Amino acid sequence: MSTYVTSESLQQAVDAALTLERPLLVKGEPGTGKTELAHEISRRLDAPLHTWHVKSTTRAQHGLYEYDAVSRLRDSQLGDAKVQNISNYIIPGVLWDAFKAEQRVVVLIDEIDKADIEFPNDLLQELDKMSFHVHETRETITARIRPLVIITSNNEKELPDAFLRRCFFHYIDFPDKHTLTRIVDAHFPDLKPSLLTAALEVFFDLREVPGLKKKPSTSELLDWLKLLVADELPAEALKAGDLRSALPHMHGALLKNEQDVHLFERLVFLHRRREADTLRGR
Amino acid sequence: MLAGLLDMLRRAGLKTGLGEWLLLLDGLSRGIGTLDIDRFHAFARLCLVKDETLYDRFDRAFGLWWEGQESSFDTLMDQFGTSIPDEWMTAPDMNTLTEEQRAAVEAAGGWDALMKQLQERLAKQSEAHHGGSKWIGTGGTSPFGHSGFNPEGIRIGESNTRQGRAVKVWQERRYRDLDGDIEIDTRNFRVALRKLRRLAREGQPDSLDLENTVRSTAESGGLLDVRMQAERRNTMKVLLLIDVGGSMDIHARLCERLFSAARSEFRRLEMFYFHNMTYERVWPSAARRQVGSLDTNELLRRYGAEHRLLIVGDATMSPYEVTVAGGSVEHWNEEAGAVWLQRLQRGFPHCVWLNPEHPSHWDHVASLRLVRELMQGRMHALTPRGIDQAIDTLKTPMMLPAEVIDSD
Repeated sequence: MSTYVTSESLQQAVDAALTLERPLLVKGEPGTGKTELAHEISRRLDAPLHTWHVKSTTRAQHGLYEYDAVSRLRDSQLGDAKVQNISNYIIPGVLWDAFKAEQRVVVLIDEIDKADIEFPNDLLQELDKMSFHVHETRETITARIRPLVIITSNNEKELPDAFLRRCFFHYIDFPDKHTLTRIVDAHFPDLKPSLLTAALEVFFDLREVPGLKKKPSTSELLDWLKLLVADELPAEALKAGDLRSALPHMHGALLKNEQDVHLFERLVFLHRRREADTLRGR
Repeated sequence: MLAGLLDMLRRAGLKTGLGEWLLLLDGLSRGIGTLDIDRFHAFARLCLVKDETLYDRFDRAFGLWWEGQESSFDTLMDQFGTSIPDEWMTAPDMNTLTEEQRAAVEAAGGWDALMKQLQERLAKQSEAHHGGSKWIGTGGTSPFGHSGFNPEGIRIGESNTRQGRAVKVWQERRYRDLDGDIEIDTRNFRVALRKLRRLAREGQPDSLDLENTVRSTAESGGLLDVRMQAERRNTMKVLLLIDVGGSMDIHARLCERLFSAARSEFRRLEMFYFHNMTYERVWPSAARRQVGSLDTNELLRRYGAEHRLLIVGDATMSPYEVTVAGGSVEHWNEEAGAVWLQRLQRGFPHCVWLNPEHPSHWDHVASLRLVRELMQGRMHALTPRGIDQAIDTLKTPMMLPAEVIDSD
């Protein structure tokens, strides 16, 4: 039984990307399951997943192949026989592997916005035609079966128009209460309903706190629930700890930022003082 | 009828390209999104909108288009898989297309050829895949099952809330907060900040690229080949002049916070304050009277032309403050505000004015029109999109004003 819950529009997006063989670009708040989507599709389709984690130093070439000129130079100094054949020094990248596969595969290009602004532009042809040329050996690598390409972005940089035009775009919403309950259900089928209700209440209240640097999202909620379950905490403990009068139990799983914890403590303090003032007023 | 949607979207300011539109038609002809209007809406958005900040605009345009033709959805969808609507066969006004689109149409051999090609493609697909029915399976390849129902026990997020919903998805306007044109507040603060950072990321190729040097040396068989690269260093110097007092205070505080948050991205960030219009003095603190002021000439001397000047103000005041010596409401100014503004422009040719007032009001205020003219149109709204445009504007220096307007 899968624990990944999707919305209908996301399913349609995946179906469209499969049918029309276009890359699917997924954006959304951190922790809403962008990367998890590719894993899930790979499981459902029973297709191997090729992941390409993009970093600030990643260049498009890395995904295609790399020419290890340095080892070739060293081998030539040592008189190694394999130096004669340049293809010994061509190291295939993620896309090469995916294109060579005998069955349909899923390619995940994770956090594409981390790379240089030129990165998406350099991949236009490769993703469009699903083929590329290896300059050193003068061969062309073409995909036997066009892979399903899932691209995730955290919105740190804007992607070029030419690139966007070739993709389907889907923005994953933060799930509403109803959907979130289903997600939690899928992950913790044995959770006591009273604890779930109390926890979700705290969680949504916390997301409402103005000025938080990092709002807790689905993945934080699941981590937090895991701790609560491990701790065998009764639902009453959460209710007693009303969000406005104290930090919730195990808040470390929800608030990951010192400033956020401070901000929260200050709000709690202000609230207490206001309460005390009203009492005195009476 | 579908063309009406394209028209509506373009009028709403979405840059929907021909390629994306053809993709939508291609998908529809294969039965994606033809089942009901919600699916059609989702699929159209998937194809045509590439930015969540435009979701709200799309939803509104879609709502306008859909209004009054709710009953004709089936007839509309029946067109797909069979033919292209007639209005598509007539070529559109080529002037309404972007250059890129025009090139694309020309590359295909003109509009008629393009449509013929499309028709052939549609015909081929309908034979090959589904024999005329709009129901097309994806050959068992879909992980989720085509109609959204679950073949292997997958949960569907909103399946039971969707049916019989009175309010359509696009009427909920869930993406209103994401729209890039609303003014900056705490919610879209971060978006604005990200835009602002774009300003800072430019560098000169002046450091040794060790890895590439080694590589290219190896490639050239051991002959040393030195490669240089652009270092990611923040060279940007920013000078910020903020209008304070009255209605501007709230915007001023927001701006301070915005730019302070981006401070680490700049090599240098200086903030000064003025009231209504730039005159001979500026203040280093927002509480203007309490600390000493700075001569504007001194400001010009102290900070060089390499600084980017951003002026934040509503430019809403008496027109005399701009044009006439002694026009200031709070002191006797020897020279008119415009004179000082032009001096600043000469000192900092890379300058831009950010205005928190909504652009629709800009034409109704005389002083605002004057200032905008003085800035040669380099005035943008204080919104994420406005900041984006301002950053583009800042890349080029402004045409310097010919001479200082006579202050008499």
